[in-house]
Amino acid sequence: MASRTPLFDWHVAHGARIVDFAGWDMPVQYTSIVEEHQAVRSGAGLFDISHMGRLSFGGPDALSLIQKVYTNNAATLKDGQVRYGLVCNDQGGIRDDVLVYKWPYGYAMVVNASNRAKIVGWLEESKAGMNVQITDQTEGTAMIAVQGPKAVELCRGLTDADASQLGYYFAAPTRCLDQQCVVSRTGYTGEDGLEFMIGAKYGLQLWEELVKRGAKPCGLGARDTLRLEASMPLYGHELSEQIDPFEAGVGWAVKLDKGDFRGRTALLSRKDDAKRRRRVGLELRGKRIAREGATVLVGGRPVGVVTSGTFSPTFNKVIAMAYVEPGCQAVGTPVQIDIRGTPEPGAIVPMPFYRRARE
Amino acid sequence: MVPKDLRYAKTHEWARIEGDVCTVGITQFAVEQLTDVVAVELPKVGKPVVASDEKGFGVIESVKAVSDLYAPVNGDVLEVNKNVANDPAHVAADPYGKGWLIKIKMAPGATEDHLLTAEQYEQQIASQGH
Repeated sequence: MASRTPLFDWHVAHGARIVDFAGWDMPVQYTSIVEEHQAVRSGAGLFDISHMGRLSFGGPDALSLIQKVYTNNAATLKDGQVRYGLVCNDQGGIRDDVLVYKWPYGYAMVVNASNRAKIVGWLEESKAGMNVQITDQTEGTAMIAVQGPKAVELCRGLTDADASQLGYYFAAPTRCLDQQCVVSRTGYTGEDGLEFMIGAKYGLQLWEELVKRGAKPCGLGARDTLRLEASMPLYGHELSEQIDPFEAGVGWAVKLDKGDFRGRTALLSRKDDAKRRRRVGLELRGKRIAREGATVLVGGRPVGVVTSGTFSPTFNKVIAMAYVEPGCQAVGTPVQIDIRGTPEPGAIVPMPFYRRARE
Repeated sequence: MVPKDLRYAKTHEWARIEGDVCTVGITQFAVEQLTDVVAVELPKVGKPVVASDEKGFGVIESVKAVSDLYAPVNGDVLEVNKNVANDPAHVAADPYGKGWLIKIKMAPGATEDHLLTAEQYEQQIASQGH
């Protein structure tokens, strides 16, 4: 049977369509994906992300273990800072994309739901003789994201710590509804916003409080259209064990000079490979959606494959991401996408498709 | 309540039969199941179509999925709704009216007898739930 978050019954009671995602029964939409998407871009949307893996690391070797499996540099994190990075296999392929949090007393890592068991296994294997305790906090906690230009304001007074003072990609252990919680200024939508981690038995109470304050419940459907507009990669689509961070355009999260880590040797040679395929953004002229697996053609010749595609509610256009071979990676390159046998015209465009207005 | 003067396919298309011309669209239930319609692919005039739930005459695309459209009767495509082809929003806005999809010139001997009545279709969707 699929796993269920503490909010599952609420989702069902409020008309959510449920879908299996990585072995979890999750809401894909409550009303309309486009409506939910627009609520995030204009106000505040609410996401149950309790299915994501939450791991904590304690002991004197916590940093060493993280540094061994993580491509970015965790040693330069300040207390409360959060940083994106990859976990790679020994060939430089991506095992997961993760966030690492630094606390005064240890570290935490948030991983994709689909990779939780794999990453826990990889950490155990990589531990060797290190003095570190890894605790999987996933089932004992709930995680909720509030995202949008009004998100932070909507959460005013909800936590003891003033979340509006948190810098982007910073977090604070604090209290909320009289319980311990963590609040971070992070998200997967391209908007400002917060993510909360709280004990599982308080998840529903926090969710209901956020709904009461005006955050609109949004499902995985809108989560996908939002992250795609922001050109954020999704594991299993833009990222996989056969794709390296440089191809994926996340080489900025790889710090080859921070010290050795699993995959580093392979990545040294992948970094400057001019012959590699690359992730590009596409915009199509028509209304038919280019979906994962569709062939990309340039001059009638197959040169790549779509990894994600959707209708963009913000731009009223079909957008997609794809991997294409060298020689046809330049912005402006006219392409055709084979959509169920018909070549549809489009072009390579700059990423991200959407960038929020900064004050 | 679905329009009483139409007939229905199990696959959620409606049929308005006037003489030997059958106008086809999708039901309000189908619109609600799809949500977020972004594109409709319709056949060319003259294309033969068959009443089948295996081979469709076109496609309606929503953000999440692509769904086949099935002809309720045998015949040839007589007319295609260009307004819908250009702006799929008509389908959700007025599924039984301006959102019509194609008109079929029915094959000789083709009837509506195999199609569901309004009552039968309502029973089907009631048991399917939302």
